Amino acid sequence: MLQDILITGLVNGGVYALLAMGFSLIFGVARIVNVAHSAFYMLAAYCLYTLLTYTGMGMGLASLASVAAVTALSLLCYRFFIEPVRQHESAVLIATIALGLIFQELMLRLFGGHYLGIPNALEGVVTLLGVTIPYQRLLILVIAGASLAAVWFVLHRTRLGLAIRATANDLEVANLMGMDVRTVAMATMAISVALAAVAGVSVAPVFVVDPFMWLAPLVTVLAVVVLGGLGSLKGSLIGALVIGYVEAITVFLLPQGAFLKGAVALSIMVVVLLARPEGLYGVAFEEER
Amino acid sequence: MLRFIALAAAAALAAPAAWAQDTVKIAILGPMAFAQGENHWAGAELARDEINGAGGISVGGKKKQVELVRVDTNEIQSVTDATNAMERAITRDKADFVIGGFRSEAVLAMQEVAMDNKKLFLGVGAADAKLGGNVEKDYNRYKYWFRVSPLNSPDLGKTIFTVLGTIAGQIRASLHKETPKVAILAEKVLWTQAIVAGAQANLPKMKMEVVGLWQPSATATDVTAELAAIERAGADIVFTALSGPVGIVVGRQMGERNMKAIAFGINVEGQKDGFWQATAAKGNYVATLDTYAEVEMTPKTIAFVKAFKARFHKAPTYTAATYDAINLLKESIEKAGSADADKLVPVLEQSSSVGTAANLEFTKTHDPVWGIGKTTGIAVQWQDGEKVPFWPQQVKGMKPFKLPGERQAKAEPAK
Repeated sequence: MLQDILITGLVNGGVYALLAMGFSLIFGVARIVNVAHSAFYMLAAYCLYTLLTYTGMGMGLASLASVAAVTALSLLCYRFFIEPVRQHESAVLIATIALGLIFQELMLRLFGGHYLGIPNALEGVVTLLGVTIPYQRLLILVIAGASLAAVWFVLHRTRLGLAIRATANDLEVANLMGMDVRTVAMATMAISVALAAVAGVSVAPVFVVDPFMWLAPLVTVLAVVVLGGLGSLKGSLIGALVIGYVEAITVFLLPQGAFLKGAVALSIMVVVLLARPEGLYGVAFEEER
Repeated sequence: MLRFIALAAAAALAAPAAWAQDTVKIAILGPMAFAQGENHWAGAELARDEINGAGGISVGGKKKQVELVRVDTNEIQSVTDATNAMERAITRDKADFVIGGFRSEAVLAMQEVAMDNKKLFLGVGAADAKLGGNVEKDYNRYKYWFRVSPLNSPDLGKTIFTVLGTIAGQIRASLHKETPKVAILAEKVLWTQAIVAGAQANLPKMKMEVVGLWQPSATATDVTAELAAIERAGADIVFTALSGPVGIVVGRQMGERNMKAIAFGINVEGQKDGFWQATAAKGNYVATLDTYAEVEMTPKTIAFVKAFKARFHKAPTYTAATYDAINLLKESIEKAGSADADKLVPVLEQSSSVGTAANLEFTKTHDPVWGIGKTTGIAVQWQDGEKVPFWPQQVKGMKPFKLPGERQAKAEPAK
């Protein structure tokens, strides 16, 4: 059972990490709690389904096109829905909730409440320590790792990354130093949503595509980022793995309570909020700011 | 001038009411954005067009056309929306009868609204036993409720255990395993409680070993951990009670893992034509109770399924039994000579109707009478993209049940 828990937790944690990183990034830089983050993930999954079904595109090209389209859409949303109210955190929260619901209802109208499937990019399974893992899930793990590395590279090895980190440290000083903080925020939004879209096209083949598929991950992502420390990428990664393992342990040790795995994750979030409101890596993040 | 406008407004308001007297107005309630609601509506449209084409319903000697009102309950997302929809159908749309419902939690709430208004409510979709239990508990209030489809959950359990016994027999004979191991995989919702309790009590008596109970959420997007644990427990059969999208996830992930266990039980998503696409062709061997196939369950089944497919380009699911509900209503109204709910209740209680899915008679709880030749449902299995009916075996048109690849290969020489 131990190997089941180790491997299942790692694979599920990888999926959560992919989603949580983007959510954490936009908050860390622009202080935007983007509740619609997982709705962009849902849109990417629908986009991929549409391109594969109606245009005959290959999986690779369709995935790239989906990520690009959703990222472009996010920039429009940022410009017209979020930026005008950006100074008011509660208004941003409400605006992004509304965005998420609008996307949900749009998909419901366009595709109905049908559950749709997307074929795997990689077929087959591998057996590791007696545990069966489909290649598609390993691919998700690889994509999560590569995305994390790419984000780290952009943040620490490029001029844009320097500007993003400077803006995250102190928005006013960055502005006074001549940085275009508006462009930096938009670029961060694009990176953040691109990560969500990558998550969407990666996990769509293993999940079911439906208009409500953004809600469950949203709850999990909130638990992950609160656990890891809102705004901390390292915290998001570790938080994702912790939640992935907690869920696996819940199912394996308490099979009759498998439906509680989400509740257990949220309970951890509440405990962390009470004991350490800044999350596991929140202090370091605050110090950086 | 004001008086003229007021008179014109009053006339305009009165006009639909006057017109409505020449029709029997039936509200079809269901989650219309979802497959369940689509089938509610499609079955009702077929029935309406056939009845109206034949002249309508004779109410006390006067022919009336059937008028349908499409009511979206949105019950999958909100029970409150469902009760509001029922209220609207009765008070604003002034429906004479209400038919439909899907999610037990929502139908229980809608039942209260219909009973408050003494409105005949023919249930087509919800399985929870409490709906019929209410009739027994407080007959005068709940007598207007009748369940047309599906069976209530304890009776669904009877069908499931009968089919499960057949599958276990095949495993015993083919794989020489005297005590097949069964993992129960049931979503944690109201309607599964009686089925899970029944399975835990009955399977050991049927010489099957229950290796565990797993209860994911109805909307779970991943059951990897559950399936890994089930594989580890060495299950031969995964007994499912799933109505939500988790049914697709289970089918797909079992296929991806090449699991040797066979999935059988209730998998509402597995009843739909879209299941094969939704599982990306991984849902092979998934078996479920179902209602419709091109087999001779009754003399009307094959003709109905063919007509449904021709018109809607998909096979009907069990909520398309609105067709039977409307025809039952027609028969009862014509027999009673009245569309009055209080006069129809005793007629319905004594009715014996040949439907498209069953020969329908009602118990004292106003549930369908269970039994071969009455109402049982059928069992189907996905085999290479086709939904193949395999039970009741004595019904003409049934095909053999198959074990997954490797096991089938072992089983074949034993035949």
